[in-house]
Amino acid sequence: MSTSLPIAGGGTGAASFAVPAPAEQKRHHGLVRMTHWLTVIAFCALLVSGGEIVLSHPRFYWGKTGNVNTRPWLNLHLPSSRSSVPTGYGYVLPDQNGWSRYLHFEAAWLAVLVALVYGVYGVVSGHFTRDLLPERRDWTWHSYRQRIAQYLHRKPPDPEEDRSYNVLQRTAYVVVIFVLFPLIIWTGLAMSPTFTAQFPWTAALLGGRQSARTIHFVVSWLLLFFLIGHVTMVAVSGFWQRMRAMITGYTRDVEERQ
Amino acid sequence: MNPITRRRLIYGGAAAVAGVGGLAVADRMAKRYGLIPPDSGGVYGPGETLTYACQRLLTANKPAREFPRSMISEKPFANAIAPPTDQFKKLQAGGFKDWRLVVDGTVAHPLVLSLADLKTMPVASQITEVACEEGWSYIAEWIGTPLSSVLHEAGVLPQSRYVVYYAMEEGLWESIDISDAWDRHTLLTMGMNDGDLPVPFGGPLRLRLPRQLGYKSLKFVTHITVTDNIKKFGSGKGSVDPDGGYSWYAGI
Repeated sequence: MSTSLPIAGGGTGAASFAVPAPAEQKRHHGLVRMTHWLTVIAFCALLVSGGEIVLSHPRFYWGKTGNVNTRPWLNLHLPSSRSSVPTGYGYVLPDQNGWSRYLHFEAAWLAVLVALVYGVYGVVSGHFTRDLLPERRDWTWHSYRQRIAQYLHRKPPDPEEDRSYNVLQRTAYVVVIFVLFPLIIWTGLAMSPTFTAQFPWTAALLGGRQSARTIHFVVSWLLLFFLIGHVTMVAVSGFWQRMRAMITGYTRDVEERQ
Repeated sequence: MNPITRRRLIYGGAAAVAGVGGLAVADRMAKRYGLIPPDSGGVYGPGETLTYACQRLLTANKPAREFPRSMISEKPFANAIAPPTDQFKKLQAGGFKDWRLVVDGTVAHPLVLSLADLKTMPVASQITEVACEEGWSYIAEWIGTPLSSVLHEAGVLPQSRYVVYYAMEEGLWESIDISDAWDRHTLLTMGMNDGDLPVPFGGPLRLRLPRQLGYKSLKFVTHITVTDNIKKFGSGKGSVDPDGGYSWYAGI
């Protein structure tokens, strides 16, 4: 593969008769790849530390306030790292909130800064409109139905899907990037007593600090579901091929692979 | 695939120089304007510093959120406290008449105040939220003397940068920066919901800091020290929180 590169790159002359047509397709821009993997690091850190923080109070409330004297909206029935929480378990987990919180907020900064870079790039380069927004011709129920049927019947993907996302993929990425990520950042900030002192509406619009915490928790599950679906699809559609594209930026054509 | 061209090298080099230069400038500015928290060292230092610096720049002068009286929680939750010492029990038996608050450090007039002395100063009340780092919260009315009144009386010297406050319990202390100390909501709290502040909630004297998480609102406060150098206290990280793994700045 690597030997064909300079020739393919050269493009002209007798040498091009000797090798097949250029097999390497540019797939992901360097900035997309870099921000993708930094987000992976940040997300994993946020998930682990966030889960750990939940254990110190595995109950969720709706509205402005909530504590062990009030009725939870959702009780996870997990053991807790605090003896003050009535869990029904006869033991208390070790307190790991300190490093979890330090890590959570540091990883949140990484995620937000990476998102800023990616967001600016996405707008300026046209990446969002070109690669992520469902194509105009696909803004129909028929497109979605057809694509879902294709998945359910386990039909092979269209050849062009090596180079571009289909309508379901685009929709999933748009929801994650423009709905779930902003929502989890917002609900996180709405739990900050200093941030809500400055911007009280960030908590008020959500119904209060406890609602913000509950939505934060639910959205983290939705992101986890996305992650599981995402990795599953990568594995099903050719794990190394897809990994290679997200690491090196290049992918091979379907014909070339077969 | 992407040969390193001269142009790329020049752009990359210029970006790197600008980046390093920018960081150096940011560092100097941050130090000058007090944007570096005492626990800025270690792996989690960058995150802490970003949070503290951003919140200081964005939210420095806004008081805490206040709520209408109808929002006061019917069932506030008093977190666990250490069993009271004999000294505390003795003071409690005497109706806390002998409770003293010592104010010293970089002040013109060090003070020793009884609760009665504090009550002769201007009284303020606020309906604010206690938000615990664990996730739970409640809203209550808090009544007491603003810390700013006490600092005013003591005459804070211009070099002061932090206010350290100690609980009666040995080894339990916190600190806040001077701007949080002057905040009108930073309250030496003696009353709660129209009664005396109950002992489980930190009575007779709790320093309420509603713009930060509950653990900064220290219960059973007996001693306040104003200082120009936080490094002299404990391990130099601004409170016992970082030693226990927790952030010094809890406005997050």
